[in-house]
Amino acid sequence: MREVAVIGGGMTLFRRRLLETGKELSYLATKMAMEEAGIEKQDIDMVVLGSAPDAFDGIHIKGDNLVDGCAAAGKPYVRVFNGGGTGVFAPIAGWWHVASGVADVALVVCEEKMGSCYPHPQTAFRHIWDPILDRPLNPNLVWLFAMEMNRYMTAHDIKKEDIALVAVKNKRNAVGHPCAQLADPNITVEDVLNSEMMAWPVQRLDISPPSDGASALIYCSKDKARQFTDEPVWVAGTGWTIDSTMWTNRDLYFPQYVANAAKMAYKMAGISNPFKEIDIAEPYDPFDYKELHHMEGLLLCDKGQAPILTREGVTQRDGDLPVCPSGGLLGVGNPIAATMGQKVCELYWQLTGKAGKRQVPGDPRVGVGQAWGDIMQMGTVIVLRK
Amino acid sequence: MAKKQAMPKSAPGTHVSTKDIVNKKIAYTWWEPEVQYSWSVGPAMSRFLEELKNGKIVGRKCRKCRRVIVPPRMFCEHCYGPTDEWVYLKDTGSVETYSISYLDADARRIKEPILVGVVSIDGASPKHGFMHYFGGMKPEELHIGMKVKAVWKPKEEREGSIRDIIYFEPVKKGGRKK
Repeated sequence: MREVAVIGGGMTLFRRRLLETGKELSYLATKMAMEEAGIEKQDIDMVVLGSAPDAFDGIHIKGDNLVDGCAAAGKPYVRVFNGGGTGVFAPIAGWWHVASGVADVALVVCEEKMGSCYPHPQTAFRHIWDPILDRPLNPNLVWLFAMEMNRYMTAHDIKKEDIALVAVKNKRNAVGHPCAQLADPNITVEDVLNSEMMAWPVQRLDISPPSDGASALIYCSKDKARQFTDEPVWVAGTGWTIDSTMWTNRDLYFPQYVANAAKMAYKMAGISNPFKEIDIAEPYDPFDYKELHHMEGLLLCDKGQAPILTREGVTQRDGDLPVCPSGGLLGVGNPIAATMGQKVCELYWQLTGKAGKRQVPGDPRVGVGQAWGDIMQMGTVIVLRK
Repeated sequence: MAKKQAMPKSAPGTHVSTKDIVNKKIAYTWWEPEVQYSWSVGPAMSRFLEELKNGKIVGRKCRKCRRVIVPPRMFCEHCYGPTDEWVYLKDTGSVETYSISYLDADARRIKEPILVGVVSIDGASPKHGFMHYFGGMKPEELHIGMKVKAVWKPKEEREGSIRDIIYFEPVKKGGRKK
């Protein structure tokens, strides 16, 4: 496999609804990434699009609808998606285009437009459930998270106060992010605990919002990297694993499939002690407990220990292991696939010292990003290193 | 060294508020899909749903990995071979996890919460069960590990659906059927 460098990233504003079409948002994010990398459309060999369920946009096979915005007209192009896992899976797919040698320069675009769906994007989520056993019960997607959160809390005797700390940290971290939808410099644990009860144990401020937005990332091969940049960041490892669809046949307290994906990525990156060797983590945080659940899945700590690290301040921006310094999905927003902006672009910006007000101190060198999707079964992991 | 440009260097995009839409400040177009589906449920679930009509829960046994699997399937996803036989399970089990939901399927707020969760079915392998409602108890009584029993619709109202079970209620003290 060839070594692959990241040379540019871009992101649009994340908001509940944006005026621009998905195509236009893809263009805006891509254009920013191209400017950072210092390349033009003709320099791009191949394009990967990540976008989650069609039902949000209401445009089926939306990959072809977005082509022009993705600088892909006339080029090899493929869309990949595995629900929430897409934000890290699309950059994994972009990586293999260059690692395999079939492309020298590859562009990854991730787009989501959830605001078009009425009365609420939740309505579109109804279409992902099993039609025989689940849909007759009129499920809401929040139930899944509530059931997993409850199982996790019960298995380790975790208090809601400790989980709320994650929402507080991430919404405060997002204050330095120009694209952020829900940044809040003054939010407290009490605010989270007093917010509206949605589906116990999930409350309003435990959840990231639905959003419109797009993000983009540009890769190039090692032999071309010096042409574009003096400070390349390398893809050191990638991993992805899916578990069975039968989520009522396993214990939800630990995401084994995330651990399997992490092991695959760490092996490739030569990482044997993730907590010591990783400087920044961007685990997928659509809900506050998910950051903790995924820190454990990423083997950054033992099972049940993530709330303790959080309480002790280890995961703060200036802690020993900053977690979600971008502000995460909880603070910046959750346009599903486009969260590549927080989970992968952010690592690139942090490792190159370009994260501005969000910059993690101490010259971070290794970062791990992760996403999670389908029906509580998909883990996608990427390790970047400078 | 020159100061690096912070990234993302801007936040392109234009926020649209609900007010903008209601007041028609922006141009938009509208579409309501009218589409319906009918799914054949396959051999495993056909038998499962038929047995629900009889007031019974069935699983499939895989002799190779020794699992008793529910919901049943005709092949084992682990051993990747056919499952071997039908097994009648009990209509009791324990609460694996649960939620108390104030949201309906469209995320609209509801006053009376829905009690929902996963029931591990007695007679199946550990952690093998399905999602269902709970009832016959106060929300605060519901807990993980609670022993529960299916409450069935009257036989003449059953139609071969997971909803032939109305909900799972707490097993009465003494373990006798009411």
